[in-house]
Amino acid sequence: MPKISIKAEIIFHLFALDITNSMIASVIVFLLTVFIALYFKKQSTLSRKSNFYYLIKFFVKSIYDLFHSVLGDKTNVFFPILFAFFFYILLENWFGLLPGVGSLLIKVKEGHEEVFVPLLRGNNADLNTTLALAIISVFSIQFFSIKYLGIKKYLHKFFNFSDPISFFVGILDILSEFSKILSFAFRLFGNIFAGEVLLTIVAFLVPVLASFPFIGLEIFVGFVQALVFSMLTAVFLSGAIAEHH
Amino acid sequence: MKILAVAISIAVGAVAPAYAIGMIGTKAVEALGRNPEAESAIRTTMILALAFAEAIAIYALVVALILKFA
Repeated sequence: MPKISIKAEIIFHLFALDITNSMIASVIVFLLTVFIALYFKKQSTLSRKSNFYYLIKFFVKSIYDLFHSVLGDKTNVFFPILFAFFFYILLENWFGLLPGVGSLLIKVKEGHEEVFVPLLRGNNADLNTTLALAIISVFSIQFFSIKYLGIKKYLHKFFNFSDPISFFVGILDILSEFSKILSFAFRLFGNIFAGEVLLTIVAFLVPVLASFPFIGLEIFVGFVQALVFSMLTAVFLSGAIAEHH
Repeated sequence: MKILAVAISIAVGAVAPAYAIGMIGTKAVEALGRNPEAESAIRTTMILALAFAEAIAIYALVVALILKFA
């Protein structure tokens, strides 16, 4: 049975930076995302469009309608960042399920002994990635909150001295902003990492065909988690930019 | 002993979210039976609530995985 490691393995060192296998995968997924976005933009100006264009357009349209039910008339402002979250996380999750990711091994030196580590690693199965996404999400919520409410009203949400109850509610609100980061990060990491462990263990219990339904499950889980991440960001955004009473 | 800790942490941690998810499903189906036109709104809200409930099970899972592999 292969060794399951909870942290990403270091492949090589670039100056002082440790390049891990999940970083290599994230670069590939990032380039793929940019490429698809540019392709979509180019196709949208042509008069004869490819089938792939309509497939992505169908995706974008259904997700747009979903966000429209949450954000209402402000959807156009926030849709780019929310769809970017959705699409990037979706591609990351599905990239981790491709054959070869996690199973192609490479020999690296660790201390004095040589060990075999996977060359690529499902990106969200690394806590650093999900933590980065969570921090971007929560900080952009604070940014838009300040932009729409103004700094005075924004601070008033957290520091309210009018009576003791709202003072303590304000303190709880500050804590809940930080727990949002943790909950975003752990939800995504837990789901995807648990999926990887499940697939590995099932493949070693029953070698033939048994992993097939689990792959289907993981494709679904990857989609739902990408949707949940962007949807929760949308819900928190709509709460943060609403006037407080 | 460590294996026992892993097993207990995920087993106990999964009880409450399982109950919560069952509850959410029941209520969603009930609401759907009363008001079938609101299907898309109910589905969206249900998936969000499911994600919140499921996150608690995932925390237990993360603790179990860290105990097991780290």
